[in-house]
Amino acid sequence: MSQDEFRDMLPGTAEFRLPEAPPPKKLNGRRPIPEKPDEQVAKLESTAGPEPDAIDVWDRRVADGLAFLRRRLAGAYEVDEFGFDPELTEAVFHPMLRVLYRDWFRTEVFGTENVPGHGPGLVVGNHSGTLALDALMLTVALRENHRHLRLLGADLVFRVPGMSELARAAGATVACNPDAERLMTNDQLVGVFPEGFKGIGKKFSDRYKLQRFGRGGFVSAALRTGTPIVPVAIVGAEEIYPILADLKPLARLLGVPYFPVTPTFPVLGPLGLIPLPSKWLIEFCPPIPTAHLTEYADDPLVVYNLADQVRETIQATLHELLQKRPDPFAR
Amino acid sequence: MVTSPPSVVVVTGVSRFLGASVAARLAADPRIDRVVGLDPHDPPARLLGLLDGVERIRADARAATEAIAELGAEAVVHLAVTSVPDPAHGGRAGMKEHNVIGTMQVLAAAQGAPNLRKLVVRSSTAAYGASFRDPAVFTEDTEPRAVPRGPFARDILDIEGYVRGFRRRRPEVAATVLRFAPMISSSAETSLTRYFSQPVVPTVLGRDARLQFVHVDDALEVLHRSVIEDHPGTFNVAGSGVLMLSQAVRRAGRIAVPLPETGLSTAAALVRRLGVEQIGLDQIDLFVHGRVVDTSRLIREFGFTPRTTAIAFEEFIQSHAEGSSLTADRLAAAERAILDGIRQVRAAAGGDH
Repeated sequence: MSQDEFRDMLPGTAEFRLPEAPPPKKLNGRRPIPEKPDEQVAKLESTAGPEPDAIDVWDRRVADGLAFLRRRLAGAYEVDEFGFDPELTEAVFHPMLRVLYRDWFRTEVFGTENVPGHGPGLVVGNHSGTLALDALMLTVALRENHRHLRLLGADLVFRVPGMSELARAAGATVACNPDAERLMTNDQLVGVFPEGFKGIGKKFSDRYKLQRFGRGGFVSAALRTGTPIVPVAIVGAEEIYPILADLKPLARLLGVPYFPVTPTFPVLGPLGLIPLPSKWLIEFCPPIPTAHLTEYADDPLVVYNLADQVRETIQATLHELLQKRPDPFAR
Repeated sequence: MVTSPPSVVVVTGVSRFLGASVAARLAADPRIDRVVGLDPHDPPARLLGLLDGVERIRADARAATEAIAELGAEAVVHLAVTSVPDPAHGGRAGMKEHNVIGTMQVLAAAQGAPNLRKLVVRSSTAAYGASFRDPAVFTEDTEPRAVPRGPFARDILDIEGYVRGFRRRRPEVAATVLRFAPMISSSAETSLTRYFSQPVVPTVLGRDARLQFVHVDDALEVLHRSVIEDHPGTFNVAGSGVLMLSQAVRRAGRIAVPLPETGLSTAAALVRRLGVEQIGLDQIDLFVHGRVVDTSRLIREFGFTPRTTAIAFEEFIQSHAEGSSLTADRLAAAERAILDGIRQVRAAAGGDH
């Protein structure tokens, strides 16, 4: 097992290193059987002909890549009714995001046992970080856990050409109750950030302070379908693009909810889009069952109290995680 | 609930493919005594063969009022709804006259017909409008959030408004509204089949719509059943599953040319010179927003499942192979050639040392 494979099997332990193999010891004055072939042996093998294994690996990779390209060009793939393209997500989006997740943000994940392994679930998280990278990293974290997260996005995302189609292909849809309920009745894991733009557009000085949770529409969707709610706390996204100021007139002019000024943006131009390499911690809290509350979906008191419970759970978990991570840019 | 089939059926819009096909199917059904086709225009020669067993009355909608009452019609199937302006029949003004005023008069006539038991109206999934806040999947209860830009979609909203009025005034008549997804088949000619049979297909830059189609034969089956059986209410009629526009273009072996949305109509007019047909606001709305409907109500009430969007589209591709460039076979051949080439190069390089 290579180190990478070993690390892949242990989500959330990006720091973990496979222990070094002990140096070979001489037994009875004889050398033990070497793990790696000697140079001499290797030479003998290479003169005997190219290593069949290595050739096959590359041949398979080339063939797989070509077959993938051919399938894409011929349209021979399946897309679900929300526009989710699992093949493209698996082959293109996830490998790219995983680099960011593992090597740039060194993400650690706790409490994955709280995420339902199958069947519906509603993952509710805190939102931060100017650009919604926390949603993408949460998707990767759950993908490592063998679940596809179906995000609910603001309609602004779906207004922008290009971005709308990327979001749909990656499994997102517009945040509205019919879509949320449809996904949950189809046994999907749905991800929602009730703070919305209030969360990602807040100033750095307000970091890790949860904003208002709106009207709790996500709670009524979960209640109507009896879907368990899994609160999740994400630490790390606040530091990637710290917002020092918000140029409101410019934002109004551009039709966006905020125009951030960060230490690197817009001063460094496109370089300012590189996120700062903060250390990320993600913790899934125990699920809140809602199956017994189905008839209260329209009761504002029940909905509000449940939304508040979720909000407080996330806030408390955020504080715990922050104590685990005193230095935002630690290894 | 299945009651006795109506004995006299009036079908409007028999000068067009759908109307003529439905009239022919109903005329061939022994349970129906008399099928009368109503249309202000004469059907083209290729449809005349279909209309052998159908009595035809050439009358515009105003004259239809008397015709429907005199014939003692028990069912009216209103299919005289056009989706694209036809320059031969007065362009957009003529289309609106035909769709909106025509529907108004047919429904007025139906309201005055004493024997009427059944009304079937052709509508479209365009009735859901087009907005960025729309849910991904429309059920029959979804209200449109924004008035669509396309002329056809606006006509559809008007037509459904008249049907609601009719339902209030004649609650004992079983009114069925069928919201069809774009129809497709090996032979039918619609604006969308013409669009997909072009060698080069204009699309909207940065947008990839989710599309659904319904096979024409399935549409006919649903129309037939809604005349013979009783299914009051509104139903989505579409093939399950989804094709992305880019995916459909690729499956058809065509080449997509993405154009920016602003001024797409102008751009489309420019590329029309290259043999690419005009696409109107209805198509642009569809290509920007996509349109997917839930058909579980249809399947439950009619006990009939239309073939899937992918299968319906595959049948269309089979019969429109000419003009395609990037077909699956050619791509597979290219894949084999490239793979063989790489293997040979690698073998040669490997043999060197």
